[in-house]
Amino acid sequence: MATNLRATISRYTPLFKSLQTGLLLLTGLAGYMSARCPIFNVFTVLAVAGSLLLAISGSTILNMWYDRDIDARMERTAGRPIPSGQVSPVEALRLGLLLSLAGVVWAVTLDPLYGVIVFAGLFFDVVVYTIWLKRRTPWSIVWGGLAGGMPILAGRALGMGQVEWVGVALALAVLFWIPTHILTFAARHHEDYRRAGVPTVPAVYGFAINRAIIAVSSILAAVMMGIAAYGIGLEVGYLRVMVVLSIGLLTLAIRSLMRPSERINFGLFKYASLYMLGTMLLMMFVQ
Amino acid sequence: MGNPVKKMSAIDRVFLLLTGLLAAYQIAIGVEGVPAVSLWAYTVGFGILLLAGIMLIILGFEGLDSPFVAIVSTAAPLALSLGLVWDYLPAWRVAYLVFVIVGFIAVTITRVARMGRVATITLAVVHGVAGLIIFGLPIYLSLTGTTPGGFILVGIGGALIGVGGLMLSFLKMGKPVLSQSAILTILPGLLFLMTAAFVAGFTFS
Repeated sequence: MATNLRATISRYTPLFKSLQTGLLLLTGLAGYMSARCPIFNVFTVLAVAGSLLLAISGSTILNMWYDRDIDARMERTAGRPIPSGQVSPVEALRLGLLLSLAGVVWAVTLDPLYGVIVFAGLFFDVVVYTIWLKRRTPWSIVWGGLAGGMPILAGRALGMGQVEWVGVALALAVLFWIPTHILTFAARHHEDYRRAGVPTVPAVYGFAINRAIIAVSSILAAVMMGIAAYGIGLEVGYLRVMVVLSIGLLTLAIRSLMRPSERINFGLFKYASLYMLGTMLLMMFVQ
Repeated sequence: MGNPVKKMSAIDRVFLLLTGLLAAYQIAIGVEGVPAVSLWAYTVGFGILLLAGIMLIILGFEGLDSPFVAIVSTAAPLALSLGLVWDYLPAWRVAYLVFVIVGFIAVTITRVARMGRVATITLAVVHGVAGLIIFGLPIYLSLTGTTPGGFILVGIGGALIGVGGLMLSFLKMGKPVLSQSAILTILPGLLFLMTAAFVAGFTFS
């Protein structure tokens, strides 16, 4: 029994994309905690974490279920549980639907507005981005970005009781950050995407345009993050830290634009994740 | 840097992470009761240390293979020394600000234009003056009782940043004082020690 459970967990674990899910979950918690709610209100924090974890994990698994054919054609993803046969498509579909439904229902129970935004994120991610647009246009990333901005908007709306401009600014910051994250990855694995027939910006418009979009989106992400942090009332010392971190992001983006290299591109990808982690932690724990 | 670059070890990464965290802490708490110019000068200095720690972790020592390393490694001591002069030598504020601006531009131009010997001398002069101020001024102020004794740690940090910056700059110019491998072995620990000394110095003063 215990052995079976361990085997099932080890088969399912890669379905959750723990780093990506963890980062999105963190944005949702940052959105909620930035509203100056009592962060020691353990039950609400746990409920936000639980509902978002379920909804984000569910949508991630549904994406993997739908993309199993292209995952099988890409070297980077061929070893994932569904294309490698460790988890059957029906099993993944059931698990994805169950987790998504549980996450949305929990979110609606917590607060209807919060629930609607969580559902919108799931809908944009699975239906609009993955099923409708991902195989048709490289601009699907805009919708992927919108979906990525929903957890932080949901968390903020739950904390404030309404959708206000700071929440929108936070969501826009994530929306503008997503191209930096996705396009550096698309450049690094462009051969894989080409083999799978997925249209990406570097494949359709070339690497120079890809780098320009990354640079512009990095600038916009840093500006929106700064505006949101100001709106939250982040203490001036922590705003200085955020300015320094933003300068790092811009430096790498501009460096990638002027003197492109694989090392700088991948460095920018990693820095962008660290940047998001750092700014979210600042918004969660210091004000 | 030409030759194969030393691989970064786990302990190197720990030192660099601690460097970044300490620098971020100092930026966040700032320095109490100082004018805006010196506060921003310290922010630039510690900001460079914060980003240096993160970038080296992400890019590895290959990240030093950039034409801007010599320039950036000069900007940190220039900014920190400007903050100290602004705080403790008010009569020299304008003169030193001019030196910082001219010095930084001179290092940038001679470095970008690859002016060889001129670039080396310019770097040594600018870096040397900034390093001597960060090293000497806090020690003098502590010994004369102008500042609390703990401020002497800033001077120790100044000595370390001078050594580290010059080693790095001369390495970039192809005139290393130690082998590349030796410099890269001690660099993360040196960055951590200098940052710790600065933070402790500002905290205890």
